[in-house]
Amino acid sequence: MTYKKLKRIDLIFHEDCDCSQVLEKTFRKSNDEIINDILESGLKGRGGAGFPTGLKWKFTAEQPSGDRFVICNADEGEPGTFKDREILFKVPSKVFSGMAVCAKVIGAKKGYIYLRGEYRFLLPQLTKALDVFHKEIKDLLDFEIIIQMGSGAYICGEESALFESMEGKRGEPRNKPPYPTVAGFMNKPTVINNVETLVYAFMICKHGPTRFKELGTSDSRGSKVFSVSGDTPIAGIYELELGMSLDHFVEEFGDGDTKAVQVGGAAGFCVPRKKFKDTIIGFEGVPTGGSMKVFNSSRSMYNVLHNYLEFFEEESCGQCTPCRVGCQQLIKGIEAVKKGEQKAAYLDQLMKLSETMKLASKCGLGQSVANSFSSIVDNFREEMIY
Amino acid sequence: MANNINLKIDGVDVQVEEGRTILDAARAINVHIPTLCYHEDLCVAGNCRVCVVEVTGARALVASCAMPVSEGMEVETNTLKVRSARKNIIELLLSEHNADCTNCYKNKQCELQDLASEYKTSGEQLYMDLVPLKNYTIDDFSPSIIKDDSKCIRCQRCVRTCEELQHVSALGVAYKGDKMKISTFFENSMFDVVCTNCGQCINRCPTGSLIERNYVDEVWDAIYDEKKHVVVQTAPATRVALGEDLGLEPGQVVTGKMVSALKRVGFDSVLDTDFTADLTIMEEGTELLTRLKKALVDKDPTAKLPMATSCSPGWIKFIEHTFPEYLDNLSTCKSPQQMFGALAKTYYAQKRGIDPENIVSVSIMPCVAKKFEADRPEMRSSGYKDVDYVLTTREMARMIRQAGLDFNALPEDSYDSIMGESSGAAVIFGATGGVMEAALRTAYEIVTGREVPFENLNITPVRGMDGVKEVTVKIEGTLPDWSFLEGAELKTVTAHGLTNAKLVMEKVKSGEADYHFIEIMACPGGCIGGGGQPIPTNMEIRKKRTEAIYMEDAGKPIRKSHENPEVVAIYKEFLGEPCGHKSHELLHTHYKARHRY
Repeated sequence: MTYKKLKRIDLIFHEDCDCSQVLEKTFRKSNDEIINDILESGLKGRGGAGFPTGLKWKFTAEQPSGDRFVICNADEGEPGTFKDREILFKVPSKVFSGMAVCAKVIGAKKGYIYLRGEYRFLLPQLTKALDVFHKEIKDLLDFEIIIQMGSGAYICGEESALFESMEGKRGEPRNKPPYPTVAGFMNKPTVINNVETLVYAFMICKHGPTRFKELGTSDSRGSKVFSVSGDTPIAGIYELELGMSLDHFVEEFGDGDTKAVQVGGAAGFCVPRKKFKDTIIGFEGVPTGGSMKVFNSSRSMYNVLHNYLEFFEEESCGQCTPCRVGCQQLIKGIEAVKKGEQKAAYLDQLMKLSETMKLASKCGLGQSVANSFSSIVDNFREEMIY
Repeated sequence: MANNINLKIDGVDVQVEEGRTILDAARAINVHIPTLCYHEDLCVAGNCRVCVVEVTGARALVASCAMPVSEGMEVETNTLKVRSARKNIIELLLSEHNADCTNCYKNKQCELQDLASEYKTSGEQLYMDLVPLKNYTIDDFSPSIIKDDSKCIRCQRCVRTCEELQHVSALGVAYKGDKMKISTFFENSMFDVVCTNCGQCINRCPTGSLIERNYVDEVWDAIYDEKKHVVVQTAPATRVALGEDLGLEPGQVVTGKMVSALKRVGFDSVLDTDFTADLTIMEEGTELLTRLKKALVDKDPTAKLPMATSCSPGWIKFIEHTFPEYLDNLSTCKSPQQMFGALAKTYYAQKRGIDPENIVSVSIMPCVAKKFEADRPEMRSSGYKDVDYVLTTREMARMIRQAGLDFNALPEDSYDSIMGESSGAAVIFGATGGVMEAALRTAYEIVTGREVPFENLNITPVRGMDGVKEVTVKIEGTLPDWSFLEGAELKTVTAHGLTNAKLVMEKVKSGEADYHFIEIMACPGGCIGGGGQPIPTNMEIRKKRTEAIYMEDAGKPIRKSHENPEVVAIYKEFLGEPCGHKSHELLHTHYKARHRY
């Protein structure tokens, strides 16, 4: 495996861009050409799961005619992730433009931005920017974007729970299949993309796929916006090339005493120091929706895990057994081991439990609790016991 | 015609229609996959995860109830991964469940207990007991339904039942994560919300979380009380379902054995709600014809049409909450249960020379809403509580078991008199369309002097499981008194399940339909699918019970309510005439508007 050195990129934030001009140019291409550009670029979803964006658009475009929607998932709820907020704050028109390209390709007349409840403060300026945008594209495309507020539930970032929430129902994930490309919002074919994905899609339209493809690795093309936090002197938002090794990342962002990095937030993986060198940040290694949380040796990994589990225990929608009860058992379990009420070997039982959660939960939330649980318990077992 | 899909389950080839699930396919080849949240009558939830299986190529396990089959799919239902996940899930459910089995009303009738007995091998609980950490509550304010959150496994069958089958949505999901629970509007008691007490949630609850309030001990006490004369009435639908709780297959008519059992249990007099079902037809039929005359001839605006049946107390509470502006459209007739209760402590008491003070009136019903109905303040027209205790079919089965009777070996016996005689028109009250059919058999004959023009009196268009059945009956050759109805087309509609009731009422409200007569039963299939009937329930079982009901009707020497000799006698000796003064006093009632929230 080749490890890339850390490289800062400046595609998203600092480039001046006349969105309507780019859209006009893009719309001269056929839908197939646009989809091929996106496919060619290798862009994968930036929310964390990493589904190829071009395929998502293609599948939706191929659905029999009728209403369809493009939805921008701005319910950025993963602990330690705050890059979508920055994107919406600084370059909202690029987000809108990405949605417009998608709308054109799939034939949507309406798009929605599902905005995280805690980001309500962005609403006035987003609305203003949207008014401008609607005027600009009036002659280009019959397309309207509506902002729909979330109410603060983490689970509503899961795409099917997000649809339920938008439809006015309780935010609970649906059974899949059917997938959103076939039956999403209002049971119509729907493309749902992360904020950042839509911006990159738009940047690919602007620059062509090659510029994007040149960056990153074969499995993880392009660059990505990272939210860096924790024990780092330079916390903040950085656009970096994908495929870097965690070692290089820590060299740049660590405080010299980094003990572990939580990659991908509460739903992600904890990588201990001894594995920094061999860990690649990307879909072939440890993927992330953007969150990079750095821990130095003053941190108790028991507390870190406890904190994540508290979060999951509360934010599980509660409908499926493995996630609802599993989260409670994991947190009660590590508490009991810590207090000496259960033997250390109980941790092994809990590891089995987390495996069941990974295999049998209904949605990504329950399935990913095991990521942080097993990576922290595996690598810091002694901290769990003593 | 749907395409067929070929797949392999545990190495066995199976072919099923496109759109079916892995669970359907597995059942087709008798591979048993355990389920909890799945129920044939409801939409798929896929939330308990007990039915997970391994599909070759899939990253995670899949819920077999929710996963459609696809061509070439390879499924394994019993791998290490599957077994381990399933066992873990059952342990997790148990850790959240108040497994106080020996004290539980549903002991040995609990799907979670069944799974535990199949899968538990170690003798100890794998995970920590979460029950003491939770503030579980028991809601026992309702006279019909008790909701115990500590037994709940959050499968949401009740929520789906209330929403999909009944369009009531009294039950819903509240909170999330570890606090997620099944609750009501503002967490009020079931007694204070839009709940119609239909009990369909009870029929589908896999555990003891939702149960009927039972009066088994109270009834035993009354039976053992020497001073009390305990009369019991049995509703039409009980006789085609009771057997299921006593080891028989669905669809068996057990009227004679049931009567025999009740006598052995110790009731002083075993009588039949079918008698008052016939009486209901006399009263309600007359009421309908009177309303038609008032509306069509006298143009009296107070005569409300369409007239709707009032036998189903779940439907009554539903309309009181949901369409209170239509309360005047309800027939003022009490339900057969309540007519019986009022007569038991008046007519029956007089005839038998018993002080009504000493009569304990018990009813056996396929219903839990009847418990609420018997508790309504209006239901005391005898001067006493007309019906003292309402038992479900299930409670009766329990009493029969407690009495140590070998039900299947009991001889057939017949109802006592008086108030034990009935016609075939009465027994079909137990199935959707039955009241309509019975009413038409009598009303048509009153108006024309001839039998209703259907072969063997079987008005088949109003029968069956279609949710809404619209039937128009043309009236021709009327007797002189009813000449105003000559050539008229009587428009009727029959609906069962409150979702269908709502459809009908919305059509009435919008003016889209101009019915004259509406029959509504709150439960799917009518009373045979009532909330007090043996568990489990599904379409197949309900159809078998329905067939049994019509078999009972066909075998009766008397098929029309007005020909029931005891009915003729009671008008002659006691009531005077249908809808007369005495009837109004004892057999009719009124309703009250209730809030939606």
